Amino acid sequence: MIRVVLPAHLRTLARVTDEVTLEVDAPPTLRSALDALEAAYPMLRGTIRDQVTQQRRPFVRFFACEEDLSHDSPDTPLPAAVAAGTEPLLVVGAIAGG
Amino acid sequence: MSNVRVLVGTRKGAFILTSDGKRKNWDVSGPHFGGWEIYHMKGSTADPNRLYASQSTGWHGQVLQRSNDGGKSWEPVSNKFAYDGVPGTHQWYDGTPHPWEFKRVWHLEPSATDPDMVYAGVEDAALFQSTDGGQNWNELSGLRGHGSGPSWQPGAGGMCLHTIVVDPSDPQRIFIAISAAGVFRSTDAGKTWKPINQGLRSQYIPNPEAEVGHCVHRIAMHHSRPDVLFMQKHWDVMRTDNSGDSWQEISGNLPTDFGFVIDVHAHEPETIYVVPIKSDSEHYPPDGQLRVYRSRTGGNDWEPLTNGLPQSNCFVNVLRDAMAIDLLDSCGVYFGTTGGQVYASADAGDTWNAIVRDLPPVLSVEVQTLT
Repeated sequence: MIRVVLPAHLRTLARVTDEVTLEVDAPPTLRSALDALEAAYPMLRGTIRDQVTQQRRPFVRFFACEEDLSHDSPDTPLPAAVAAGTEPLLVVGAIAGG
Repeated sequence: MSNVRVLVGTRKGAFILTSDGKRKNWDVSGPHFGGWEIYHMKGSTADPNRLYASQSTGWHGQVLQRSNDGGKSWEPVSNKFAYDGVPGTHQWYDGTPHPWEFKRVWHLEPSATDPDMVYAGVEDAALFQSTDGGQNWNELSGLRGHGSGPSWQPGAGGMCLHTIVVDPSDPQRIFIAISAAGVFRSTDAGKTWKPINQGLRSQYIPNPEAEVGHCVHRIAMHHSRPDVLFMQKHWDVMRTDNSGDSWQEISGNLPTDFGFVIDVHAHEPETIYVVPIKSDSEHYPPDGQLRVYRSRTGGNDWEPLTNGLPQSNCFVNVLRDAMAIDLLDSCGVYFGTTGGQVYASADAGDTWNAIVRDLPPVLSVEVQTLT
């Protein structure tokens, strides 16, 4: 089981108020985690990665264990602490203002 | 007595404004989808409680929402807009080829007869259709594929298909408008298309009278006269009396013929409305005076409508999808501004009142007349 923290807009869209937990085959990767997330919450399809190209949306980042995983291959195994469920995978919207 | 429901899309959410037929006292609900841009929201005439909303942000892209109870509750439907086949390229701002990339839905046009059938006009410009209430979207790719697509270029706001007008007497006949390509017509429900821009003249393209390349901001039709279309172009207000085969300018005595919105009175097919904007670099009304102009002669002769509208220090814009007309006997006219005001007139434009004044910038206004 892995834990995923969503940004506020996506928590509202998915109608969740806290982090979500997902069952993912070991070893979990970013791709398998997002696949499981979108299967559990279909309304999130296309909001984190493009539905056609599967590319990460430009203003979304993936953090875990104080590392930026955004530019890693989506098939790279997630950190052990994320796989163990002791640390969450953070889906983060880039800061913006004005 | 009839009621009206005004659907307002803004930069930071959707708002639903309701009133009875007098249109004096209003209830305001919202924001729905707070923090998201709502480019457009529109109800089905076949089932007025069926609404569709285009919701997007720069972070998370496009979401499509559907309501079956007049906007009290919503459910996300499919947001998968995949171009048909190899998307190909259009021209970029610098004239180089640029791949077609989906960005957002600008306009939703539900069928007049089937609440599950809805068209979506998108950026980069293409027309999609759903026949199952938004669960699946298919591109009507004959539009991009008719020949001129590779030469289309974006306007400053992006290369958007922003207007969809379906002939109420013949649903096979559809008119769409793209910035900055122009107007196109299909007579076979969107399978094949023809550019219909003869008579348009645009100084900002190399050949001012080119077949495509015109920055059309909005077109409007009266349901009783489907061969007559009115257009607010980037500059110039135009009309056609032959379904777009040729266009004539009707700017007449307008103080400026730049603007975004245009609409037609519900019961008088030669009464039309525009909101002149000073210029394309100054997106505000001339002289700081917010004036709707009405022509009762199908163009050329225009009168300013000012009663109830700010006549000093007003520097808002009125965007292309931000005017609507209700169907009550005393025709109601509505428009929203980038300053967050939604103005309503219950007497065809003679007098105006602000329903709300402090919303986020208004992107779109639609109205439903409910019986």
